[in-house]
Amino acid sequence: MTTFLQDKQLTIALTGEIDHHGARSVLKMIADKIDQYLPTVCVLDMKAVSFMDSSGIAIVIHTYRRMTERQGILRLKQVPAQPRKVLEAAGMERLVTIEGRSPVYEI
Amino acid sequence: MKYKNQLAFEIPSRSVNEALARSVVACFAAQLDPTMDELGDIKTAVSEAVTNCIVHAYPDTIGKIFVRCKILPDNVLDIVVKDKGRGIEDVAQARMPMYTTGGDERSGMGFTIMESFMHELKVTSKPEKGTTVHMKRKILKRGGKT
Repeated sequence: MTTFLQDKQLTIALTGEIDHHGARSVLKMIADKIDQYLPTVCVLDMKAVSFMDSSGIAIVIHTYRRMTERQGILRLKQVPAQPRKVLEAAGMERLVTIEGRSPVYEI
Repeated sequence: MKYKNQLAFEIPSRSVNEALARSVVACFAAQLDPTMDELGDIKTAVSEAVTNCIVHAYPDTIGKIFVRCKILPDNVLDIVVKDKGRGIEDVAQARMPMYTTGGDERSGMGFTIMESFMHELKVTSKPEKGTTVHMKRKILKRGGKT
């Protein structure tokens, strides 16, 4: 899980499978980074997320709340097809901007 | 109902087994030649059902989760996820989107996702006796194969 900060924009790259087993540590890591850097924009880069279930929804909701508490925004970037489907089933596109993955990655 | 093939397995309710259950059912479903999209839907639904057993059926212990898959006529994948855990008092309420008894670490979207991603979902439960989740998904036949 890599993070980088530029001009108050914090980008966190999530990787692998996001399910209940791994969710708690991902949630804590994101929360710690937000508390540490106090960004105005948080971007979750999901390019390397191979699978996500509703545990990922909880992560998005928590992160969204943490950012809006600080008048900040949350964006999801490069979301692959399966996680995107789960996010849309939960209506997350009404809360956060969800940007898809470029077709060149779909091989 | 006559089935063409079946697989049954039992796992302890440890969260590390969520990925295992997804993979096992996906491997079984492969014989129906599903698309990546269909496989993703099936894995997601299984993940939700198994996670429910781990988080809700057996919150304070490790119990058994029983999973049985069948291939039914007409390319239908039939999946049962069953536990003998805490059970659900009000199934209709449990199935409402965003409803959860699992605290704020859970989104309450498990059943909603199972309903969206599978073609049929039936949930039966009895408090203190356990819960059975029965879902079906028809896999579309693609050109050339019989």
